[in-house]
Amino acid sequence: PRAAMAAWASKAFEATEQGTAMKALFGGEMPVASADVVLDAPDIAENGAVVPVSVSTEMAGVESISIFIENNPAPLAAQFVIPEGTAADVSTRVRMGKTTNVTAVVKADGKLYSATKEVKVTIGGCGG
Amino acid sequence: MGIMRVKAKARGDSTDVKMLIKHNMETGQRKDKSGNVIPAKFLAEIEARHNGKLVFGASLGPAVSKNPYFSFSFAGGAAGDTLELSWKENTGASGTETADIR
Amino acid sequence: AGMLPVRGQAASRQPSDLYEVPTFGNVRLLHMTDCHAQLLPVYFREPNVNIGVGSAVGKAPHLVGDRLLQHFGIAPGSIEAHAFTCLDFDQAAHQYGKVGGFAHLKTLADRLRDSFGREKTLLLDGGDTWQGSGTSYKTRGMDMVKACNALGVDIMTGHWEFTYNQTEILRNIEAFDGEFLAQNVFITEDAMFASDTDYLYDDFDGQVFKPYSIRELGGARIAVIGQAFPRTKIANPARFIPDWSFDIHDSHLQGIVDKVRSEEKVDAVVVLSHNGMDVDLAMASRVSGVDVILGGHTHDGMPAPTVVKNSGGQTLVFNAGSNGKFLGTLDLEIRNGKIQDYRYRLVPVFSELIPADVGMQALIDEIRAPHLDWLNEELALAGDLMFRRGNFNGTFDQVICDALREVGDAQISLSPGFRWGTTVLKGQMINMERVLDQTCLTYPETYVRDMKGSELKLIMEDVADNLFNPEPYLQSGGDMVRVGGFDYVCEPNRKIGERISEMTLDNGERIEADKTYKVTGWATVGAQSEGPAIWDVVAEYLRDRKEVQVDRLNTPVLKGVAGNAGLTGYNGKVLG
Ligand SMILES: [Mn+2]
Ligand SMILES: [Mn+2]
Repeated sequence: PRAAMAAWASKAFEATEQGTAMKALFGGEMPVASADVVLDAPDIAENGAVVPVSVSTEMAGVESISIFIENNPAPLAAQFVIPEGTAADVSTRVRMGKTTNVTAVVKADGKLYSATKEVKVTIGGCGG
Repeated sequence: MGIMRVKAKARGDSTDVKMLIKHNMETGQRKDKSGNVIPAKFLAEIEARHNGKLVFGASLGPAVSKNPYFSFSFAGGAAGDTLELSWKENTGASGTETADIR
Repeated sequence: AGMLPVRGQAASRQPSDLYEVPTFGNVRLLHMTDCHAQLLPVYFREPNVNIGVGSAVGKAPHLVGDRLLQHFGIAPGSIEAHAFTCLDFDQAAHQYGKVGGFAHLKTLADRLRDSFGREKTLLLDGGDTWQGSGTSYKTRGMDMVKACNALGVDIMTGHWEFTYNQTEILRNIEAFDGEFLAQNVFITEDAMFASDTDYLYDDFDGQVFKPYSIRELGGARIAVIGQAFPRTKIANPARFIPDWSFDIHDSHLQGIVDKVRSEEKVDAVVVLSHNGMDVDLAMASRVSGVDVILGGHTHDGMPAPTVVKNSGGQTLVFNAGSNGKFLGTLDLEIRNGKIQDYRYRLVPVFSELIPADVGMQALIDEIRAPHLDWLNEELALAGDLMFRRGNFNGTFDQVICDALREVGDAQISLSPGFRWGTTVLKGQMINMERVLDQTCLTYPETYVRDMKGSELKLIMEDVADNLFNPEPYLQSGGDMVRVGGFDYVCEPNRKIGERISEMTLDNGERIEADKTYKVTGWATVGAQSEGPAIWDVVAEYLRDRKEVQVDRLNTPVLKGVAGNAGLTGYNGKVLG
């Protein structure tokens, strides 16, 4: 049963560059962009410390969903294990210090699929 | 009183879960007033089980916001069942709690 | 919702025709927006700089002066040309007098309701109603709730309404006789778990306010959906409304549109929006099934709608200006389940051509009575025409910047690019009320602090991207931050980080990234500043002089926008 939790992937979580973090987490294979991965994140962060991100897919055989914040000191933010019977649809909230790409990676039947969206972080103020 | 607040609702043949966990998620990048670094102290692993079966697992880094929030849903579960929830910090500290499905 | 794109605005009109609005169809929607608590008539100069970028170049709302008149077929020199543009403003303002005022709006609204049939008419308010005057500050917006009840507003949405605290907002909504609608405001997850949530409209999915309302008028069923300003917690202090979260939420809007069309069998869908016109135009292209967007926030008085195509047909996007200057009048012919045709007039409210409603005037006098000493203090004569609106600066903002620097003894001053704030004609007395029109908000504290040149550049670039990012969903409305004590070059068509250059102090010294400067400003949205309220700083500056002039108007050099339809009579250099 693939429902067992892997040990905390310290090398991936401590990597300071997104490509390195992906390599450490997925062992060399790079994800392919796919419209089947639905990444929902705001166009402008209302508060860079608490940015809602949701990832969902209707693909079959989903094993995990991971979220990367490219311009963060450590880009890998979270990896969710999706056991049999659990919907491939998760939400959480992440921190981002400045405007950055957010990338969601879905692992399904051993293959990697991704979606990316830029989230703008502003200083704020001066409303019309 | 644990650190986990859970809203688990049975809806038809599946259960929706919303979870908010009280934790500062210290990144290890912050300094206190007198300038020394506040050590990294964040939730690294979260698990939720229903009748012993893993229904949600999360490995986390400090980029997850303070007071982490998660929502997910799984097939099965009924009002009155309980969820077993466990957490583990990067420091090794850990805990388990339960929550009822309504 | 296929419709004939009828040009809503006839060319030249005689003043007497202005208020004979012909009736058409079976439903009348009256729309006002962004009055910014101006209960009495005011002067209000429209901008000569409202630059469009990307796909918006040369299109409404980024049209000023003659380009606007030509686009909408309005006769130069007419009373309507004065309502919609700043051409010959000083002369025309003396000729036609003040605009707006709730007592005059009430008379006009009643006339438009009675002539059409009250039961077939709705009055919709796009928000930015409860903020912008001394009395609304003192009564925390309740003065405007009373005035809107007297005016008979049926439905409203909001933006600056959210600059009071949560309890005051809910109290004001409670006292409001109409409905407050907003489909895009949700409770935060933290508040969902912690505080009491029984005030919520829907505590399952966390909607704070009622999202839409179905109204039956003239035999037709109409859904009115509310859209609050999506960037409220970025543009204004988040600390006032900790438990609520805002965004455009256009997929949630699509869900509502699909539901009301399928389940509630509506004949028309209207969105009362505070997105700002550029965001409304983008949203109209992405959401299907919306017939009409009645828009506000960007204060663009558009005489006719923009027709936007989308997968479901087309959406008419309107914007009804600000400060009580206009009352949008949309007559719809609804038959066989859809809008067959429409007529639109953005009716300018010329206070001297419309009698004041006696009851409303009495209410206004009663509201103002306790505050007259404060409001009426005479400060200084206006040595120039004092106005605010425009992408980069305004003479009244220069006075604010000069006052901040003198009183705060600083090198540089910053003043937010708000679009509210009334105009004072040259030679007229600036009293405290006029200063409050420019500065009255619930976070008026000023600051004086050291700032590195690099931080100043970051702020300038950040605000410039709010205006000039070609993707509307990344814009936030509002104009460029006004500056005192330095000039700069701005290239609107470049991207963030590259728009602002050659920042140079008034003494000719170039601003350096790692040098420190003494900077003063007001209306900080993050932490609350410590200094005195901005209106006291400006009043102190004005009391020192009999007459106030703008000796130097800090005006950026513009690059890459020559010939832009949103630029006329620019008082700075325009290089290519
Ligand atoms: Mn406004
Ligand atoms: Mn607004």
